[in-house]
Amino acid sequence: MTPEKKQALSELALRVREHIVRLSTDGGCFTGASLSCADLLVYLYADFLNVNPGNLQDPERDYLFLSKGHDVPALYGTFAELGFMPKERLANHLKASDSIYWHPNRNVPGVEFHSGSLGHLPSVALGVALDARLRGQNQKVIVITGDGELNEGTCWEALLVASAHKVNNLTIVVDRNHFQANIATEDLIPLEPLAPKFEAFGAVVKRIDGHDFTALEEAFTALPFSPDKPSVIICDTVRGRGLPSIERRADRWFCNFSSAEITELLKELHSQEATTLTSETLTVR
Amino acid sequence: MNYEQLIHETALADERLLVMTAENRALIRNLPGPLGARFIDTGITEQTMIGAAAGLALRGRVPVVHALATFLTLRAFEFIRTDVGIPNLPVKISAFVPGFLSDGNGPTHQAIEDVALMRGIPGMTVFAPADEADMLAMLPAIWASPSPAYLRVNTRPGTYQHEPFVMGKAEIVSEGKDVTILTYGMLFEQALIAKDLLTEAGYSVGLVNLRSLKPLDTEAVLNVVRGGSLIVTLEDHFQTGGLYSILAELLLEHELTAKVLPLALKERWYKPGLLSEVLEYEGFTGQHIARRIGERLGDGAHTFGAKTKVVENEFAE
Repeated sequence: MTPEKKQALSELALRVREHIVRLSTDGGCFTGASLSCADLLVYLYADFLNVNPGNLQDPERDYLFLSKGHDVPALYGTFAELGFMPKERLANHLKASDSIYWHPNRNVPGVEFHSGSLGHLPSVALGVALDARLRGQNQKVIVITGDGELNEGTCWEALLVASAHKVNNLTIVVDRNHFQANIATEDLIPLEPLAPKFEAFGAVVKRIDGHDFTALEEAFTALPFSPDKPSVIICDTVRGRGLPSIERRADRWFCNFSSAEITELLKELHSQEATTLTSETLTVR
Repeated sequence: MNYEQLIHETALADERLLVMTAENRALIRNLPGPLGARFIDTGITEQTMIGAAAGLALRGRVPVVHALATFLTLRAFEFIRTDVGIPNLPVKISAFVPGFLSDGNGPTHQAIEDVALMRGIPGMTVFAPADEADMLAMLPAIWASPSPAYLRVNTRPGTYQHEPFVMGKAEIVSEGKDVTILTYGMLFEQALIAKDLLTEAGYSVGLVNLRSLKPLDTEAVLNVVRGGSLIVTLEDHFQTGGLYSILAELLLEHELTAKVLPLALKERWYKPGLLSEVLEYEGFTGQHIARRIGERLGDGAHTFGAKTKVVENEFAE
């Protein structure tokens, strides 16, 4: 990846993170889980996927399914920056007059399927991948799951079936931010060693730094990893990435900051110096 | 023509139609060859099958999915509700051995809340054919519809000559002044016997094969209510949430009341056994149904002839 491209993607990701921070007030959102996959979504939509505001009806477009739907601020932030939706629309967050809320809505252009209940979209994506193959089309079908989401048996069930049917156009991407809600994954339902689990279920796996655009490019441009197996990319990420004051903090799952805090956090995105937060840390949403 | 032949013929004529199964091939055993990649067996994974069916439907396909009624409606309920129901996708659910048809399997396999669950999903349609001929008559319309659909599969042979199927219309077998039996699915067979027994005893008996629980033929049901006879809701389903509830909702909506005798499973699973044993034990043979209705009509002493002979279920998986 050229330094210029890397720079452009970094700047875009920073603007997406600003959107995520701005959505973290007046009701709030799942800030940390959105920040962990912001670089991934920016890379995919800005550089890799054949999907744009002009080809959303094209059956041969690439498909991206966001199975961990609570990170939707990262998706909408990316959509706003890339022209899928006007930036002003983000101001409608949690307003009943629009469809922008804590989980993805299929009526928003670019959202391929609604999600929110975990463990669903690996199977929905499997259906799309099967149909693409039936039609002799070779687009990418990518589904992003959380790591906590992997507690759900249906993630593994769908992979078992995808392997059985040799669905090589399906890629499961794990946003491995090491937290599920308010507990570190390894303290609750340990997932490691994770790559061998996917391999045992029949996938070919690559594990990368999910914040490194060069690593993302190297992994995604190598797809499919096998002619007759599904692919898995585990992206090691940091929950809250970009905001040192909430990074890796179990208590910062759902964030609803004051407007004063938002001002400070927007500065923090640029300075990388932690802010002192006084807002309540919500443990349940 | 049987179910398998019909789905094969339809798939040949319409490339949108796909056949899926969670390793329940009883009705579609011969289709993997002819349908090739359009026959998808996901193994024992009802949830993944429904999710994948939603993905296929998203791409313009009409997946007809096959598995046991109870595992589809219970284990995969959230997938049906969330992945098929919310986007209102045309996934067609063929639910095997619903109600009493799981006879000897035991309570794990008894889908007797399926109508309640499925009709509770916005946009979902719910069908229950009286026998194989009735099912074959309604399937073309169900598969051609843009709506998601739940079908209580019933391959039992019948003797009744059914009218052509019209979406949303019930089949009025007879009208009655004393009693009218509203029913759906495999109990239609026993209801016909009960109707004859009650008629022989001098009663004027109405019988309605509802065919579809959703959409409901409200006009037909309201006509029965206005007729003023005793109404029997006969179903192999929990009393809660099925036809009895549907009728109660309709009566309230229209500010009407009626004399109603529910013949259903009240707060319990049924005793497993061969179908004849189940119907006899639970009181759902033609004779038992006639007797229970006779009792309600003040004719408790009448035995309504001999024990009804019930044709056993074909064994399938």
